[in-house]
Amino acid sequence: MKRVSLVLTLAVAAGFSIQAASAQTLKAIKDRGAVSCGVTQGLAGFSLPDDKGNWIGLDVDICRAIAAAIFNDPSKVKFVPLSAKDRFTALQSGEVDVLSRTTTWTLSRDTSLGANFTGVTYYDGQGFMVKKSLKVNSALELNSASVCVATGTTTELNLADYFKGNNMKYEVIAFATADDTIKAYESGRCDVFTTDQSGLYAERLKLANPADHVVLPEIISKEPLGPMVRHGDDQWFDIVKWSLYAMVTAEELGITQKNVDEKAKSDNPELKRVLGSDGNLGEQLGLTKDWVVRIVKAVGNYGESFDRNVGAGSKLGIARGLNQLWNKGGLQYAPPIR
Amino acid sequence: MAIEPRQPPSQFIPKLQRAVGGSAGWSGFVVQIVFVAVLAWLAYEIVANARANLQAQHIAAGFGFLANTAGFDINQSLISYTGSDTYGRVFVIGLLNTLLVSVIGIFFATIIGFLVALGRLSPNWLLSRISGGYVELIRNLPVLFQILFWYLAVLAALPNPRQSISLFGSFFLSNRGFVIPKPIATAGLEPFAFAILVAIVASLLLRRYARRQLFESGRLITIWRYVAGLLIGLPLVTWLVFGAPVTFEIPELKGFNFSGGSRVIPEFVALTVALSIYTAAFIAEIVRAGIQSVHKGQMEAGASLGLSRGSTLRLIVVPQALRVILPPLTNQYLNLTKNSSLAVAIGYPDLFSVFAGTTLSQTGQAIEIIVITMGVYLLISLVTSAIMNFYGWRIGRSLSA
Repeated sequence: MKRVSLVLTLAVAAGFSIQAASAQTLKAIKDRGAVSCGVTQGLAGFSLPDDKGNWIGLDVDICRAIAAAIFNDPSKVKFVPLSAKDRFTALQSGEVDVLSRTTTWTLSRDTSLGANFTGVTYYDGQGFMVKKSLKVNSALELNSASVCVATGTTTELNLADYFKGNNMKYEVIAFATADDTIKAYESGRCDVFTTDQSGLYAERLKLANPADHVVLPEIISKEPLGPMVRHGDDQWFDIVKWSLYAMVTAEELGITQKNVDEKAKSDNPELKRVLGSDGNLGEQLGLTKDWVVRIVKAVGNYGESFDRNVGAGSKLGIARGLNQLWNKGGLQYAPPIR
Repeated sequence: MAIEPRQPPSQFIPKLQRAVGGSAGWSGFVVQIVFVAVLAWLAYEIVANARANLQAQHIAAGFGFLANTAGFDINQSLISYTGSDTYGRVFVIGLLNTLLVSVIGIFFATIIGFLVALGRLSPNWLLSRISGGYVELIRNLPVLFQILFWYLAVLAALPNPRQSISLFGSFFLSNRGFVIPKPIATAGLEPFAFAILVAIVASLLLRRYARRQLFESGRLITIWRYVAGLLIGLPLVTWLVFGAPVTFEIPELKGFNFSGGSRVIPEFVALTVALSIYTAAFIAEIVRAGIQSVHKGQMEAGASLGLSRGSTLRLIVVPQALRVILPPLTNQYLNLTKNSSLAVAIGYPDLFSVFAGTTLSQTGQAIEIIVITMGVYLLISLVTSAIMNFYGWRIGRSLSA
């Protein structure tokens, strides 16, 4: 079998040979003048181009934060829209530097894809959406239903587990893109649309009559969504990881887009350390001393980004819930910057 | 003393020289060796590089994943499948689904194609214009567009299962597909199937006898009455003796969908219909060209023998046209098979969708899966070509005999 694989891998292998494992990602990005960031093909709240073609969303802000930390310019990002099916190949082959695309952190993805998750940008869980007219109140009433799902996702696997675990039958129709999936649901091909709950609220906005559809209360899985980077470049891994932590820390310390300059002048030793007037923590990452200032100026702290994109200040209006800071009853927690 | 005729000098060395080096002789041979060596070195470099990089980045490699549990479900499988089966079985399911669409698509595309071609050549003005319009309309629209048209515009417009269109209370047409009663074998099935088999064999023997009589003694025997009697009568007798061969499980609406019965999913229908109709337009042109390539004197000769237009076509023109038709027809068959991978757009679980799509992104083993998928499409295409070439060889032989 090994011999066969040797002979046959020729053509495909060429794609992988360009990106040798190396610690050169940051240098390559600086040479190129932009961070290459894999995002969804359009999911409100996470990554979606606005009417002027600017990408906005929570996942987008992570990439903009990284660009701000490196270039002091959040616009130096090249966004690459990817389907769920193609995302890992794009990361593995080096087409994107970071995959910030509502991707669920699982053990097998961490180990077998040659990539690492850097943190959790959004704690999500899988839910179901049905038409109100079906008068379904619980996911346990969905026996014999037809379910539309995007293929190549953890959603597809949880769905199988859930129906099997509850001894219910169902028919799955799996589509390559999120758009095809929601279109099929709207056309009546299936009774149920399932994805991460944040995604349900976001996709519901695309339907002709959002009020006719209801999201069921059950959350059937843990879906911690976060950015991914390739194996083999620990410096780059650290930069992506700490860009998110910088946003969370900023919220914790009350640093906002508006008051960041003012806070930078403060005498508080922690603020001085985080905002770079004391020590060289940013330089240890391969960035500049004022990296946190740059990030917060560009995209705000985590709470600001959350509110603007998916929270109370957005069309989605999702409550903070698990994504509240750890000291306010949620799970968002950043290791200390020191 | 007999004089030995002088043997011609051995041609072995010059022959070898030409065989390995072409007209350039030995130097050509060296060039070829160098060329092959460079190719082999390139191949080795690519493979070694890929392996080294995969290892360095700790990306899983090898074919062990085929034995792992897939964990996702598939909505059409010809053999039994559940989420706890392996990726290897997913591969087989996908392959069978691809073959199913291809075989049924080729069958209908051929029939429609021949009919449209004959319509286009027909002296009937209306029929030939309609056929011409069909060809020009269908072959000039992108096939993906046609698949989406059938899926989203035609089939999705059907009513939901609760308002489905019902035929005789046992066939139901809805946007979930076409639900039909499912035959369930009973004790009477075996004698019934045996009776049909006997009837078919007897019919074939009868046909052979009739042909021999025709060619040897010019006696024309009309056999279709006997054949019909055999094919209908024998099974009917066993039915009466042993009871009905199958009973039917009537589908009924339960919850969201029909339970019981067999179901043809709309994705399959949309894909098969679109591919058949699209490919038929090309086949129609190929068949028309083939028929027109046969000299019209053949048609006139048939007419002067008193044969009808249909018989002339069937017995004289089409067999000669087939020699011209077959190679491009094979191309169309291959195109249809490869186009079936567009299934991914409408969620039909073909090989490309469930294996090169779902399995790839669940396991992340892009190289192995793409290589397997390429190999399989190549194999399907080569087998199709081989079958068609064999058929072409038989026709060529019977025409020259």
